[in-house]
Amino acid sequence: MLKNRIIPCLDVKNGRVVKGINFIDLKDAGDPVEQAKIYSDGGADEICFLDITASNENRDTIYDVVEKTSKRCFVPLTVGGGVRSVDDINKLLNCGADKVSINTAAVENSKVVSDSSKKFGSQCIVVAIDAKKNGKNWEVFTHGGRNNSGINAIEYAKKMEENGAGELLITSMDRDGTQIGYDIDLMSKISSKINIPIIASGGVGNLDHLVDGIKLGNASAVLAASIFHYGKHSVKEAKEYLDSKGIPVRI
Amino acid sequence: MNVTIVDYNSGNISSVINSFKEVAKDKVNIEVTSDLNKIKSSEKVVLPGQGSFKSCVDALNSIKGLVDTLNEVVISNKKPLLGICVGLQMFADIGYEEKETKGLGWISGKVSKIDNQNGKYKLPHIGWNQVNIVKDSKIFKDIENNSHMYFVHSYEFIPKDKNVITATTDYSSNIVCSVEKENIFGTQFHPEKSDKLGLQIIKNFINL
Repeated sequence: MLKNRIIPCLDVKNGRVVKGINFIDLKDAGDPVEQAKIYSDGGADEICFLDITASNENRDTIYDVVEKTSKRCFVPLTVGGGVRSVDDINKLLNCGADKVSINTAAVENSKVVSDSSKKFGSQCIVVAIDAKKNGKNWEVFTHGGRNNSGINAIEYAKKMEENGAGELLITSMDRDGTQIGYDIDLMSKISSKINIPIIASGGVGNLDHLVDGIKLGNASAVLAASIFHYGKHSVKEAKEYLDSKGIPVRI
Repeated sequence: MNVTIVDYNSGNISSVINSFKEVAKDKVNIEVTSDLNKIKSSEKVVLPGQGSFKSCVDALNSIKGLVDTLNEVVISNKKPLLGICVGLQMFADIGYEEKETKGLGWISGKVSKIDNQNGKYKLPHIGWNQVNIVKDSKIFKDIENNSHMYFVHSYEFIPKDKNVITATTDYSSNIVCSVEKENIFGTQFHPEKSDKLGLQIIKNFINL
């Protein structure tokens, strides 16, 4: 039986791990390679790096981090943040990333998604969608949540599936950093409209939130940062908890 | 000993290289190449594969003499070969991804899309699934039945002769996830991404 995945996410800035609370107020919490190794040894099903390096001069730091991590962790590694082109994707894959997540570039030019999935295969192309509720709908935000594209998130998710994305990483902007749980409504609506797996992100504060993301949000995988990051829960604890709630996990 | 990972522009093979180097340490030389002479002279060959069946077959064919060399090494000289993911799928006679494409024909059969049962099963089949070992295989030494391995694929290999199947995994139906035919081995899952147990499979192959 296919297991639901738990994916710890590490926000990386200038080669160091940080975690944003609503994308601001960053705290330093260590070396990404060491962190990733701790997570993979602890049973993480995948590791996700989100590069939030702002300045162009330091953008190459992520390549070094990915290269070092991939030599020590033998579970899938997803890398996103600042990915602009097929060439960027190629570079990350060559450094040892297994999947690359594309956010703003996919909104601005969906050809990046179709071209890269043709070139490298859908299995390594994840489209990251930052969505924020506006009335009854959700809109897609870009540039780390700063710009509203005005695009309907559910329509956009369908379009990205058609363009060849292998998975969608859905982050609720309303919930990110709040620790009050995933936007279940958003997750389940998108999941029911598409046939590729979704990864739920944004808002995890406790282990029940992970359960809800899978059971109610129909996510194939759940991504979280803070609850693992500051030692509140280990990945192992999370898996045991999900298992106790009848969710299939790899233990 | 030399183990060659065939580098034929089949997409991302960094993880395959890293995992084999991790297992080999300094004892075994891991060569990553499309050089025909190097492939011929190596003791074991690894055939990775990512992307579509067609793109991988096209990439193999675009390197002059590569398919002939692989046939010589694997079929005539019977050297052990491990195919991973689309690398395994290409053992088939024919694949139906994108368009009908001829495979290597090493293990008779076809590669078709997994039946998603009208959307009941998401595709690609991504994540950790259990392998049901149906027949002893040399690469499963010290691997317990129902161990978890990492999968990512939408197509499955359906061999004609069921005797080559060494393991299946349950996703929509019993999908073939490991085959062994004489010196030819293949896994649909990614041992290079399957943590310690995956590295054990790689070790088993290197130690054959």
